[in-house]
Amino acid sequence: MTTIALEQETRRVPRPAPAPIPLSRIASVELRKSFNTRSGFWLLASVGIAAVIATGAVLLFAPNDQLTYDTFGAAIGIPLSIILPVVAILSVTSEWSQRSGLTTFTLVPHRSRIVLAKGIVAVGTGVVSMVSALAIGALGNIVGSAIAGVPTVWDDGPAFLADVVLFNVLGMLVGFMLGLLIRNSAGAIVAYFVYSFVLPTLAMLLADSQQWFRDLQPWVDVTYAQSALVNGTMTGEQWANLGVTHLIWLVIPLIVGVRLVLRSEVK
Amino acid sequence: MIKVESLTKTYGAFTAVDDVTFTALPGRVTGFLGPNGAGKSTSMRIMVGLTPASSGFAEVSGRRFADLPNPGLEVGVLLDASAQHAGRTGREILTVAQQTMGLPSSRVDEMLDLVSLSPTESGRRVRNYSLGMRQRLGIATALLGDPEVLILDEPANGLDPAGIRWMRDLLRGYADQGGTVLLSSHLLHEIEVIADDLVVIGQGKIVAQGTKAELLRSAGTLVRTPNVQELANALTASGVSFAPSHATGSADALRVDAEAELVGKVAHLAGVPLVELRAAEGAGLEEMFLELTADTQRDGAAA
Ligand SMILES: Nc1ncnc2c1ncn2[C@@H]1O[C@H](COP(=O)(O)OP(=O)(O)OP(=O)(O)O)[C@@H](O)[C@H]1O
Ligand SMILES: [Mg+2]
Repeated sequence: MTTIALEQETRRVPRPAPAPIPLSRIASVELRKSFNTRSGFWLLASVGIAAVIATGAVLLFAPNDQLTYDTFGAAIGIPLSIILPVVAILSVTSEWSQRSGLTTFTLVPHRSRIVLAKGIVAVGTGVVSMVSALAIGALGNIVGSAIAGVPTVWDDGPAFLADVVLFNVLGMLVGFMLGLLIRNSAGAIVAYFVYSFVLPTLAMLLADSQQWFRDLQPWVDVTYAQSALVNGTMTGEQWANLGVTHLIWLVIPLIVGVRLVLRSEVK
Repeated sequence: MIKVESLTKTYGAFTAVDDVTFTALPGRVTGFLGPNGAGKSTSMRIMVGLTPASSGFAEVSGRRFADLPNPGLEVGVLLDASAQHAGRTGREILTVAQQTMGLPSSRVDEMLDLVSLSPTESGRRVRNYSLGMRQRLGIATALLGDPEVLILDEPANGLDPAGIRWMRDLLRGYADQGGTVLLSSHLLHEIEVIADDLVVIGQGKIVAQGTKAELLRSAGTLVRTPNVQELANALTASGVSFAPSHATGSADALRVDAEAELVGKVAHLAGVPLVELRAAEGAGLEEMFLELTADTQRDGAAA
């Protein structure tokens, strides 16, 4: 038996050990995976579609004196702040909900590399989507003011626009974190809405009635701290608020989520 | 080569895999056999790092799975053909794997060809695939990197007879070229025709392992008689061990751990008429399987 096995073994040409898979390749595959399902494709397409619809709506319905870049930016920002986190959530949870993780994590057994690649793709997608959407808004602003015969008003500067992009990227990272933590598409999307709509409302009610919480709120309420990004120029203290709240509500749960993913059973 | 050493997996108080040790050798097809819930899939998931072991370890080609630099090129894995994103086309699923492994894109067409998925079929979303088509796609994914080792969990599941035949020949060819093939099944007939070595598992524990020939040899003699009780007494009197057999589908048979000649003599001396007397191997592995797993199997009362 042994001799036969050895004889047969030599028939396979011995191959050199393959090179490790570079992270860039994993990231480009993850990018492909975010487009190559029907739902993924339409979700990303809806970013562009929503930006065009929002721009069109402003063109049609906004009074002439409000045809400024800020109006376009705000109109586009709202749908995107919902779509983009869902994109990030699904990029993670589909590996479990659709069970494709069985293949993904056997082809790349170091799950942290998959998580990192997905994170890079999510942030990249967020930045590219926001920049494209803001460009569509800029186009709308130029066209709108020309049609209405009013001067084109650029009331949002580059610093503010960068804050808006950051706001959306943070939203995506929150979605990403919840995806890792919950690993179920429906569950993570529900959790995202609780996180960004239900909790802030509760915090607002609490702040209205409790003075101590009102003082504390900027340091513990992550949505409150984020909202400063899109409400004008950030002060140093607001940046500090943003850092502290995201440490509590994003970084720590993200670490927990990654650890869970690394240890959990994929089946 | 696949080496599994004292592998144990517990879920709370329940032990799904219990101290499993075996080696799947290159150039051979190793059948991993066991009834439902025996722990085959769990063991295989541990081998490829999807499930952490509670203790023990598994090695593929001399390394832990996680230490393989590009696992797809060294180990072909098919655990569950349905575990794919339903919204992706078959071709896309292969392309994703091909790109991850860093292979030329022509490999995707080669594999689709190999598993007989037509261009129309490969352009369809997996949601609309039949079970057999999913299985073919899963086999294509496993073979994509031309690996030396194959780990396949019930690969024949859902394949039509021609497909089963094709897969059998394919795996045979793989092993004959020096590849290591480990495939699980709870269907004995399926594994009986293809495996060189067998690892039989029941309730997480290995109950038998060896070459198919060895295990068949140990299956003894099958004897059928209308006077089962008399023959049983005679066999006991001559110190030969035996067990009731269900190979014939009725309760009139015994499987005896002795040569046919001896059983014939005992029966003759006891004056017991025989209806049938032959090597139990003719009854196939099923007999052995049912017996080996009798006390660990769900329907164990049958034996
Ligand atoms: N996460 C889990 N928690 C508890 N028990 C589990 C878990 N995963 C698997 N098991 C149990 O482990 C046992 C082995 O399951 P496994 O899927 O490995 O069986 P199998 O041999 O592949 O069976 P089949 O032939 O039906 O595929 C089963 O009893 C199963 O219920
Ligand atoms: Mg199984």
